[in-house]
Amino acid sequence: MEFDSPRAVTEALTATDYLPDERIAQVVFLADRLDKPVLVEGPAGVGKTELAKAVAAITGRSLIRLQCYEGLDEAKALYEWNYKKQLLRIQSEVDHDWDSISHDIFSEDFLLTRPLLEAIRSPDPVVLLIDEIDRVEVETEALLLEILSDFQVSIPELGTMYATTQPMVFLTSNNTRELSEALKRRCLFLHIDYPDVEREKEILTAKVPGLSDHLADQVAKVARSIRGLDLKKAPSVSETIDWARTLLALSVEDVDEDVLGDTLHVLLKYQTDIERAAKELTSGKQD
Amino acid sequence: MHELISVITGFLDELREAGVPVSMVEAIDGMKAVETIDLGDKIALRETLRATLIKNIRHERAFDTAFDVYFSNVPGPAEADDPASADGGPSPAAGNEPFDPEIEFDLDGLIEALLEALAGMDGESLRRGARQAVEQLAGMEPGRPVGGTYYLYRTLRRLDLAQLEADLIEALMSEEDLSEFERRLLKEDVEARLEKLREEIQEEIRRRLVADRGREAVARTLRRPLVEDVDLMHATTSELAAMEAAIGPLTRKLASRLARRRRKRSGRLDFRRTVRRSLATGGVPADPQFRHPRPHRPEVWLLCDISGSMATFSRFTLQFTHAMSTQFSKLRSFAFVDTVDEVTEFFGPGIDFGSAISRITKEAEVVWLDGHSDYGNSLETFYSRYGGQLTSRTTVLISGDARNNYRPPREAVLGDIAKAARAVLWLNPEPRSYWDTGDSAMSHYAKHSTSVHEVRTLRQLEEFIENLTLPSTKTSQNV
Repeated sequence: MEFDSPRAVTEALTATDYLPDERIAQVVFLADRLDKPVLVEGPAGVGKTELAKAVAAITGRSLIRLQCYEGLDEAKALYEWNYKKQLLRIQSEVDHDWDSISHDIFSEDFLLTRPLLEAIRSPDPVVLLIDEIDRVEVETEALLLEILSDFQVSIPELGTMYATTQPMVFLTSNNTRELSEALKRRCLFLHIDYPDVEREKEILTAKVPGLSDHLADQVAKVARSIRGLDLKKAPSVSETIDWARTLLALSVEDVDEDVLGDTLHVLLKYQTDIERAAKELTSGKQD
Repeated sequence: MHELISVITGFLDELREAGVPVSMVEAIDGMKAVETIDLGDKIALRETLRATLIKNIRHERAFDTAFDVYFSNVPGPAEADDPASADGGPSPAAGNEPFDPEIEFDLDGLIEALLEALAGMDGESLRRGARQAVEQLAGMEPGRPVGGTYYLYRTLRRLDLAQLEADLIEALMSEEDLSEFERRLLKEDVEARLEKLREEIQEEIRRRLVADRGREAVARTLRRPLVEDVDLMHATTSELAAMEAAIGPLTRKLASRLARRRRKRSGRLDFRRTVRRSLATGGVPADPQFRHPRPHRPEVWLLCDISGSMATFSRFTLQFTHAMSTQFSKLRSFAFVDTVDEVTEFFGPGIDFGSAISRITKEAEVVWLDGHSDYGNSLETFYSRYGGQLTSRTTVLISGDARNNYRPPREAVLGDIAKAARAVLWLNPEPRSYWDTGDSAMSHYAKHSTSVHEVRTLRQLEEFIENLTLPSTKTSQNV
């Protein structure tokens, strides 16, 4: 057990400049107490991946990351036999009988561990981050079920590998598709949304040194305002941080319509979005 | 602890009643998790139950409502030290205590205090103010089986929210001369603060309702359908927004399910390739080859009634069908009110759906006479203009309530369309029992349709589209 209370989580995370809200702190605390994986869901750029990194930092664990993509398979996620090495082994001992070789080449020396198996076999406890789980196919999701519920991996030739230490597991999803019930059932669910103005202000102040209180307040409020519009891609927290840095670099002290019009492209990445936001917020005065 | 277990069990029952699927495993997890936390802390309790029981963002609203009702007596962290609520417990009188009922109620003073609390974002005084407001203004009558919306409305009206908003803007305005942009930010800020007040008042009302009538009864009155079960015709604005957000993930899930189904089907034996391959094995056909299954993708023409009453429903049909467009070999869209126009070109890759819809209402020529639905004329125009392009592969989808404003249905033309096309499928968002009442001409059209479906919720729409993409639907084989 790493934490005494949710408050301890909050304090530790805040010290690494990750500012959690009550929900995040509570779920991290539970994940630690109950040894359950956490499924973190929410729009892009609200700090889902950052959370796993921050937890790794405060617990002093190393972070093992599995980036998901369409077409990810067992060989890339779990383990693979190092067949080149196996071939060499077979060739180097031509005169040995097959039984002893076959027993030999399916041993741990010839196993290539991939992130999931690595997390299980690590002698020190780790944080395992399975990023963007919604990108893999439904079938591949099933690969994860064993590891998520029992922290073990079955390898037909070797038997079952159990976790020597309990990894903390975070899965992130942008909710582009619904995950299977079986997966969700094994996880604690944490939905992270865009922070409210107060929290975003704190995040900005922590992440952008030298930002004045007034400017942080304005940036957070503009971000809320823009997120309220119907856009293709609302500005993420990292984009508001970028924007605050830009404003600081331009030594802007007060955001007005002109400044906003000139720097909107830092916050928004689609031309149609920029046009719409400019129209709504600066009453069309942009040239 | 025993009392808490029974409350949590009741809470679980309520969630399930509301349609949230909470499995046994999750319920056990929730109980285990609750053991690890400080039970006096309401937020900790709420987030713990949320993380263990709710696995879908669409179920959050049902969770929040049920939680408010079932755990309204657990003090929040700030309240815990407040002696008034700590010893008061569930009795409705608890709310009275900070105020002496003998003192005559001073509405202006309350508004003043609320204004101050809102301006300074002082949560504690805001809560106290909200409590007092409910006490004095809601006029709650014990025993009435209501959900509290009326009380909320009544309290807010007496507080005069519009005036409060104006005053608050005044109070927070840093300088006299604000630009349009600054005014907008300020206004949004004020709205967010007033929303806090609303929430406090709502929570207080629920607390009192629960104290009066018990948890189960209040929860039952407050129960609302889940997003996927909301009636499309009578959805509120916020429900519509939630549905819109739900459509993306729903269609993607459906698409992946369909793709998987397709992969399983293996094609017919490819005789030529099998023989050629058999040469390698000395003429023995040891390795039979199969044709690649060619997925049968229907060509879909979507015909949508976009008159006032049907606009919302047709919007969802359009959105859902277009999100699934990769599952069809071709998708054409038509809109009609009393005449019909093709709107396919308004949609396409990279085009924002919302702007496509607004273009339809502006640019498509769908009104001929008076802008009231005329199915007869629309269908005839459709057939005379586009009927020649219908083939035996075309599935025509009609989305409409068949309310024809007592005009002649002219259903024979639908028969012609059905003959030329593979199938005519009709989606009606009205409950089956309403069909053929008043000006509904559903049965006239049903005679010539391949099938008619009642589609009142997103769930039904999803099921319908799934069946539509089946390689060969039973319905279409009859044609």
